Amino acid sequence: MKDLLNDWGPTAATFLPLLGMLVLLVIPKAEENLAKIVALAATVAVFVVVGLMLLNFDYDRSGVMQFALDNRWIDAIDARYAVGLDGMSLPLVALTAFVMPFVVVYSWNHFPEPHNPKAFLTLLLILETGMVGCFVARDLLLFFVFFEVVLLPMFFLIGVFGGEDRKYASFKFFLYTVFGSAFMIVAILAVYFLAPEGTGFSIEALKAWGGDGLNKTTGILIFGGFFLAFGVKVPMFPFHTWLPDAHTQAPTQGSVILAAVLLKLGTYGFIRIAIPILPDAARSWAPVIGLLAVIGIIYGALGCLAQWDMKRLIAFSSVAHMGYTMLGIATMTPLGFNAAIFGMISHGLITGMLFFIAGSVKDRYHTLDMKRLGGLLVQAPRMGWLLGFASMASLGLPGLAGFWGEFPALLAAYSPGAGLSEPVFRTFMVVGAIGTIFAAAYLLWMYQRVAFGEPTEEFRDAEIADLHVTDYIAWTPFVLLIAFFGIYPQAIFKVTDAAVHVALSGYGG
Amino acid sequence: MLAQLVAATTATYDTPTLDWHALAPLIVLVSTLVVALIVDSIVAKQQSGALPSIVGLGLLGSLVPIITLAIHDDTARSMFGGAIVIDRFALLMSAFFVVVGYLTVLLSTNYIAEGDYYEGEYYFLLLASVIGMVFMASARDLISIFVALELLSIPAYLLAAWRKRDRVGVEGGLKYYLMGVFASAVMLYGMSLIFGGTGETHLAAIRESMAGGFGAEPVATIGIVLTLVGFGFKVSAVPFHNWAPDTYEGAPTPITAFLSVASKAAGFVAILQLMFVGFVGQANVLRPMMLILAIATMTVANVIAIRQTNVVRMFAYSSVAQAGFLLAPLAVITAADGGVNDKIVSSVVLYLMAYALMNMGAFAVIIAVSRRTGTGEMDAWGGLFSYAPGLASTMAVFLFALGGIPPMVGWFVKFQLFQAVINAETASAYVLAVVMAVNTVISMAYYLGLIRRMFVDDAPDGDTSPIKVPVPLVAAMGLTAVALVVFGFLPHILTDLADSALLAFGTGS
Repeated sequence: MKDLLNDWGPTAATFLPLLGMLVLLVIPKAEENLAKIVALAATVAVFVVVGLMLLNFDYDRSGVMQFALDNRWIDAIDARYAVGLDGMSLPLVALTAFVMPFVVVYSWNHFPEPHNPKAFLTLLLILETGMVGCFVARDLLLFFVFFEVVLLPMFFLIGVFGGEDRKYASFKFFLYTVFGSAFMIVAILAVYFLAPEGTGFSIEALKAWGGDGLNKTTGILIFGGFFLAFGVKVPMFPFHTWLPDAHTQAPTQGSVILAAVLLKLGTYGFIRIAIPILPDAARSWAPVIGLLAVIGIIYGALGCLAQWDMKRLIAFSSVAHMGYTMLGIATMTPLGFNAAIFGMISHGLITGMLFFIAGSVKDRYHTLDMKRLGGLLVQAPRMGWLLGFASMASLGLPGLAGFWGEFPALLAAYSPGAGLSEPVFRTFMVVGAIGTIFAAAYLLWMYQRVAFGEPTEEFRDAEIADLHVTDYIAWTPFVLLIAFFGIYPQAIFKVTDAAVHVALSGYGG
Repeated sequence: MLAQLVAATTATYDTPTLDWHALAPLIVLVSTLVVALIVDSIVAKQQSGALPSIVGLGLLGSLVPIITLAIHDDTARSMFGGAIVIDRFALLMSAFFVVVGYLTVLLSTNYIAEGDYYEGEYYFLLLASVIGMVFMASARDLISIFVALELLSIPAYLLAAWRKRDRVGVEGGLKYYLMGVFASAVMLYGMSLIFGGTGETHLAAIRESMAGGFGAEPVATIGIVLTLVGFGFKVSAVPFHNWAPDTYEGAPTPITAFLSVASKAAGFVAILQLMFVGFVGQANVLRPMMLILAIATMTVANVIAIRQTNVVRMFAYSSVAQAGFLLAPLAVITAADGGVNDKIVSSVVLYLMAYALMNMGAFAVIIAVSRRTGTGEMDAWGGLFSYAPGLASTMAVFLFALGGIPPMVGWFVKFQLFQAVINAETASAYVLAVVMAVNTVISMAYYLGLIRRMFVDDAPDGDTSPIKVPVPLVAAMGLTAVALVVFGFLPHILTDLADSALLAFGTGS
């Protein structure tokens, strides 16, 4: 088993969804149930493969690439098909493989308009290939290709299956991201040519080079290229404006995937690519990243307080939460990086959950306008309690997963990495801590508006169904994991720690 | 008197040795031309459906000697004192033009047969133009380049004005003719200056003569600039692009496709030969000229393209912008480093090949769709996905490929252009790469605009009966789309081809 996984594990996890997609394509459009089963089978297959890799992963050596494969791909440009998993990518691949089957299950009876399960599931499967591919890639070009592949299905998910303003939102999403990646390709080529001959596009080889002998200004400029690509994806203030639009207009499943996985591509890019390859430039950028991160925290929180649309509020809360993640990264410390990865996972689970619930609220009430909502606890008590649970987790209640993403990130800012100004980062810490108060404010406010009180006039006599079977199946694992990681955060920190130290090994005073 | 003259010339006249094998592709094409003309005049008008088949077969037939020449040996076959050289580059580009010609025939078959146009003359002229292009691929002498240019242009002038009952068509054709003739005149003047200074017409000899001192004279610079400006018209580089949108809109759509791909490629073939065989020693003159042309062409065309409401006009500006991308690597030509130049030539050849597939395919869809809509307005494309999902999806493949999004081959060839530019590692190269990156994003905006109409908007008149697509168009779309995806996954097939073409240039020849 181990041998088979060694050779095929990451490849199978990446391309099984694509295989499922090809099967989907030959199924007639009318056979909806068959299409659903195929899509579920493909995502479950990925889940199983990733599960097996989780079991066979050597946790004592999580700092090195495992299940690694390095094959020829495009000789002409030195691009190689190199994949593998280490402690940083494993949790994220697991998150992706975990979220997707439940998204498909949730879709079972909730296909967004225009009703076209075949096309919808096809897009989901392509998306999964792109996301897993990004996390397993060990070659810059391979990463870039998957990074771009993710765009297409998401564009169509928003543009075709989205809400009223879907045209504008899908456009904005696509153009912002393409803008970032266009600069990334310049940055990728720049490091390729500036690194010594024979380094190629291998991320590890480039990390070993670490920008050695690079002119300081050049390094800073190249890092800027990566920064644009990943910063847009995270999204960091001031590139965040695509996110509320995309989230609000996307179908529920699209929002869940966007929040749970897609945003992590940006933060992952920072800790896997930009910082390890250009540690010195990263030091110059760190205060800027930290500043934008805390601006994001406060701005996102203030944005939340100004929203009347539940989905838009959750979207702005993402901006704030990703701010903590980026603050953790900006500290350039192992603690900060660990917190960042934890934050990615917990944000993925919690915000994914929140979007699921928001989707179901929309499904029952046909509106997300918080002025018209109220009394969810009266009409659908189970859903109301779940919303409360997810809100508490999101605001960082100790004992739930959200706490471990924020608190260590703030702690790390107290003593930032070598060469970074302590007063500056301690100020960031204080501002970030104030942000947690805002977070409590907007989430409790949302919970109060939606769940407390009596139902409004409009929906007083409406039949509001509580959880469906598919809701139970799709959400229970989220709840369990949020609680589990909250009680036992070591489960993730243990995996990531060694890899994080490796990622930062090139970073010196 | 006359007798004396004849005696004087014949005294030094050697019968040129003819390499029949090397001429075989041209001979096949010319024979097809004659056969097509005879068939057209014998067979009654109603049964002339055989014509496209004959021309298509003739074009494919000429691939046979091209392939036998390619596998026979690697040595270049030179004739007429080096004015015509059949080498790898010539063979590759000949095959390219023949294939594009074949695709044009596929595009034309129903358009011309159903549009009440003269069929025999149409195919005769089309073939004549292809012959001119094939000739251009092996021309290595100012005179043969000029002859080839006129041979490919004059039939194209006629074809562009083929819709003679339509004012737009006539205007476009006339504009194309006047601009083309003007460009020829400018170019001839430039060539005459070079010939005056060097006393040579043969490109390799011109290079040596330029190195011998003449290259430093201002008049040499004027000659080089004027000659290349002539071809700037041909490839529709800004500011010599004004004819393109009107001509493209007025010409029959298959001819628009032909002009935007084959004619442009022929211009680039000539530019490559002139620059890398003839003028490479004057790289310091060429660099700033190409830099300005490339940046102006990309930026101006892309910005204007966003505002277009007509599909063909949008594609006209898109193809101007693509020419800008193709010019970009030429701006880093160097007199010193053969490796850099090799990379430039191979990236341009690669891009031409992929661009031909993308653009021909896109025009095939345009023709298919306008059979139904009867107009070129983009709004008529609304809701295409709902009633012609195959056409819409295929068009999306072409558009994303043009925009440079993986997994279609478009990203790879665009990446090669970036690589060729950054390879020079100069400040201006990095600036150019950033301009290219920004332009990639701008171009995505209008490609997405069409995608949005197809996938997101509703059908304008509510008419959603399916579109019947004639077999030749299906063949053209299928061939190009499949090739784009296959090359996208296996790009080394293309790079091997492009690299083999380098034998013609390199540092020495």
